[in-house]
This record gives sequence, C-alpha cells and structure tokens, in this order.
Amino acid sequence: MDIALIGRIVPVFVQAAWTTVELSLLSLALGLAVAALVAMLRLSHVAALRFAGAAYVSVFRGTPALIQIFLLYFGGPQVGIQLDPFAAGAIALGLNIAAYMAESIRGGVLSVDRGQMEAARSLGFGEGQSMRWIVLPQAAKLMIRPLGVNAVALVKGTALVATISVVELTYTAQRFIGSTYKPFEIFAVTAVLYMIMVYGLTLLVDRLDRAYAGEA
Amino acid sequence: MQGLDFSIVPEYWPLIGKGLWWTVVISTASAVLSVLAGIGFALLVLYAPPVVRYPVRLFMWLFMGTPLLLQLFLIYFGLVQIGIDIPAIWSGIVALSLHFAVYNADIFRAGIASLDKGQTEAARSLGFGAWRTRIYIVVPQAVRGTVPAVGNMMIALLKESSIVSMIGIAELVHSAQLVISETYRPFEFYLTAAALYYGLNLILEAVLRGIERKVELSR
Repeated sequence: MDIALIGRIVPVFVQAAWTTVELSLLSLALGLAVAALVAMLRLSHVAALRFAGAAYVSVFRGTPALIQIFLLYFGGPQVGIQLDPFAAGAIALGLNIAAYMAESIRGGVLSVDRGQMEAARSLGFGEGQSMRWIVLPQAAKLMIRPLGVNAVALVKGTALVATISVVELTYTAQRFIGSTYKPFEIFAVTAVLYMIMVYGLTLLVDRLDRAYAGEA
Repeated sequence: MQGLDFSIVPEYWPLIGKGLWWTVVISTASAVLSVLAGIGFALLVLYAPPVVRYPVRLFMWLFMGTPLLLQLFLIYFGLVQIGIDIPAIWSGIVALSLHFAVYNADIFRAGIASLDKGQTEAARSLGFGAWRTRIYIVVPQAVRGTVPAVGNMMIALLKESSIVSMIGIAELVHSAQLVISETYRPFEFYLTAAALYYGLNLILEAVLRGIERKVELSR
C-alpha cells in the first residue's frame, strides 16, 4: 500500500465525489418527478394512458442504462438535442431511475386497502380528493423503503456517466489507475467515498422508514 | 442534424449479430458463476469459522457499496498488477460474476435462514454430517424460494453486462460502437442495440417464468 499516494489523491477524489453527489441529487429530483407522472399514467382509468405508462416502464427497464446514456449523449445531436456530458448523464440517469421509481410509487398506492378509497368516496370526497387526502398519505409511508432502494441503486449507477467523460468518482478513479498503475490504492480511496454515500443513504432510509412506516 | 436512416442497419448485421452472441455467452457464463458463487458465499457467511466468515462479509459489504464499473476497472487493472495476465473477457466475466454473486448470496442467506430447522434436525438425526446436510438437504430446498429474487438479479445482469464493453470486449455495445465509428450514426445503432437487449430481456423473462412455474409445481 502506497500511503503517501493515498494522502496526495484524497482531495481530488473528494472533489470528484462531490460531482457524484450533485449528479445523484439532480437525477433523483428528475427521476421522482417523472416517476410520479408515469405512476399516475399507470393508475389511470384511461386504457391508452395506462398503456403509455406501462410502455415507458417496460422500455426503460428492458434496456441497459448505459445505452440510454449513449443514445442521449451521442445520438441526441442527430435529432437536434445537444447536451454537455453532465446534463446528458443526469437526464438519462433520471429518466432511467424514474421507470423503477414509478413502480415503487404504484406499488405503494396499490398496497393501500381499497376500502380507504371507497370510504372516502362514500363520505363525499371526489376521486382526486380521496387520492390526495386519504390514499396518498398512507401510501407515502409504504414507498419510503422501495424508493430508498431505488435511490441507492441510482448513486451506484452514476458511475456509468464516467463512460461519457463526466469527471465524477469512477472516471477519476479510472484516470488515476491509468496514470499511477496502483489500482488497489485508488480503489480503496474510491470505495471508501462511495460507501460513505451508499451506506449513509441506506442509514437515512432506514431511519425514515422506521420513523414513518413503523406506525402504519 | 443529419436525419435518421435505419436502412443501413441490416448491412452491418454480421458484426452486430456477433456482438449479440457474445452478450449471450458472457451473460450466461456470469449468471451461472454468480449463482454458484452466491450459494458458496451464503454458506460461508452462515456456517464458516470466523476467520473465513468475516473476510467474506467484508468483501460482500465492499462490493455492495461500490459500482460495478469501478469493480470492473479494479479487476481488469488489478489482476495484471498482481501478475495474473488473463484475456479481458475473463476480467469481464469475473467482475460480473462477483458483483452479482454478492447480491445472490444475500438472497440465498435469507432463504436458508427462513428454512424450517426441522429439516436440518431430521437430516442430522438420519446420520448426515453438518456440511452434507447443508449441501444436500438445506440448499436445494432454500434455493427454490429464492427463484423470483435471483431471477430479477439475472435480468439486471443481462443489462449490466453492457458495461464490459468499456474494457474492449466485443459484445453488443462494443460492436455497435465499432459500427458507429465507421458510419457516424450513433442514434440508429444504439437504438438497434437497445432493441436487441429488449428482445433478449423478453426471452429471459419467459425462461424465468418457466423456471418459476416448474419450481412451484415441484414444491
């Protein structure tokens, strides 16, 4: 183990880890927004909308995230979409995780007993009102864990944008392995930083789940 | 903007088809190895003495907390570093197998833990040794309940096998990249590759459903 090397590279890697955090947060925000929309489509009364939602989930979950990133970044200009690597990466990752998150949201809504909706309707709440005030608050608790699992997968998934030269953690690791020929030292530093993010997030999700879902 | 033209795709089918074939080969090999290694890790974590158990747990913790792409780079460059010079394709298969073995091990461990203790007691009282009981009585029963969860992992493995293109293995994505470097038509060929993965995925899902049904019936 080359300890001196580790000491020298830590600042650069912390910087790169921050890019990974930014990337994760941006794609998480986009992912949640798109997921809410897709889940609404999936739960719609209109068959065509249900089909559109199902198609979104099926296509994004049925193909590799890596190709989705390449398609947007390299293929985008052919159809008039010019994005820098960071934006292309964040958008592709967000659209990808949205397909998984939509299923987590839908699963939460479907796990709420039908009687809740029926009771709310019979008390005079409209359909939208029942969903908003009665079903969703109960469903939200059930979504914490599955959405948390999706978010953790997203953090690890951000490594994929190293392939389009976004200078995040894995890209930096790859470059330093190439220039120092010390794969184990570089891996150690990179792994510690990823694990702080991944297990920190896991811990946060556990806490939230226990705090809110525990009472349900 | 140059517009899209899919009419040139069939011309490159031989190369794309070859990539498709290697994706199937690499995914299948990694899937089998990841299941076998997963069972091994699960048994070690549950039953091995502490000197073995803790390093295995540390390894699992390390691999669950880091991205596959990083692990691939570690194995690809690391093996050379410690004097093991094997073809890139093996680095790819080893990385995919280990990455998914860790997740499979977690699933198997839960499956084994949830199995009725009476099975072990019955086998032991019939004269089976501890490890013979685990391998011949516990594992075969425990594995059945884990088929859906492990199946989901295999679906993820098929898609993530695309990552090995990064170390120059000529699977589907890499073949598409080769064609694109010649034709400058990324959209058409990445979309073609995506469609082929989608097709493979449908086939895999059908196979997994078949296995699930068989396992259900034999219970």
